[in-house]
Amino acid sequence: MTDALAGLVASPRAWVAIIVIGLVTYGIRLSFIHLFGRIDGVPTRVQRPLRYVPPAVLAALVLPRLVTLGPSVPATLLDEKLIAGLVAGAVAWRTENVFATIATGMATLWLFRFVVFA
Amino acid sequence: MSRSVLDDDLLAGVRDVSPLMLGIAPFALVAGIATVNAGLGLAEAVGMSVIVFAGASQLAALELLGENAPLAVVVGTAVVINLRMLMYSASIAPHFADYGRRLRAGLAYLLTDQAYALSVAEFDENPDRSRWRYYLGAAASLWIVWQIGTVAGVVLGAGVPDAWGLTFAVPLVFLALLVPAMKDRPTTVAGVAGGAVAVVAAGLPLNLGLLVGALCGIAAGLVTEVRAS
Repeated sequence: MTDALAGLVASPRAWVAIIVIGLVTYGIRLSFIHLFGRIDGVPTRVQRPLRYVPPAVLAALVLPRLVTLGPSVPATLLDEKLIAGLVAGAVAWRTENVFATIATGMATLWLFRFVVFA
Repeated sequence: MSRSVLDDDLLAGVRDVSPLMLGIAPFALVAGIATVNAGLGLAEAVGMSVIVFAGASQLAALELLGENAPLAVVVGTAVVINLRMLMYSASIAPHFADYGRRLRAGLAYLLTDQAYALSVAEFDENPDRSRWRYYLGAAASLWIVWQIGTVAGVVLGAGVPDAWGLTFAVPLVFLALLVPAMKDRPTTVAGVAGGAVAVVAAGLPLNLGLLVGALCGIAAGLVTEVRAS
């Protein structure tokens, strides 16, 4: 199985990543909780860009998984993942519910993969 | 006089966080599934969920690890995603200022979007609460559900055929978080620009597309804010 092989190759890298990300993330969490009294708060110059981290990062995570630039416009648009993403996005907007978003997105993906485009 | 740890304040935290589990449990399942899809196993899934304990960064790191991206890119991307917690740490710090260093160190480990948002709202509304007990009730519940969900996801991910495309649940989770994050004009511009650049930059070497997209999105948000004011 390629999974087992990939696991063997990837695992030391994965553990290094897990430990380094974990340490830095803990440092971020602890920062002001630990330093309170010595540093009053986040300087405005740092605070302003931080406000845009969640939308920018999340969109950069989502869109490349939904949109694959195809050879033509119809080939790009008639994609099961893009259609499922649009439906799920509408549900996320109306309900702000993680479970409903996943459920409708997966159902739409399966509908197009196994029925419509099959 | 000592109080039992399982007191009203702690239970109030547990109670208030429970409706959020409907979102956390599937998110945790997806993190477990994503671990399997990155070619990793139960040990890595549990290790990551315990050591990192930050869902969005875990999913992004797993995806990059699965694509054999350089370690610096994996770590850099995850850290950028988690930078937002700097704001939570600064904002919750005054509420924990009276506690000892060791208790604060423990409370910091459990800091998440949900625990932060719930606790700060409750501290403002209800100043008589034992703050650390309420926070612990909410944050530790999230921790437990997160760990159980990840393990369940590993089991599920190993048993479902690839054709079902369960990895598609990963962008769906991010989508569910993205939509409420675009709450005004500058944050919406940040999202649209970040996403569009990431699509175009998807072919960049070293899997730098996500990082480049995110940084462009942040810049676009800032520019929009400056121009509006």
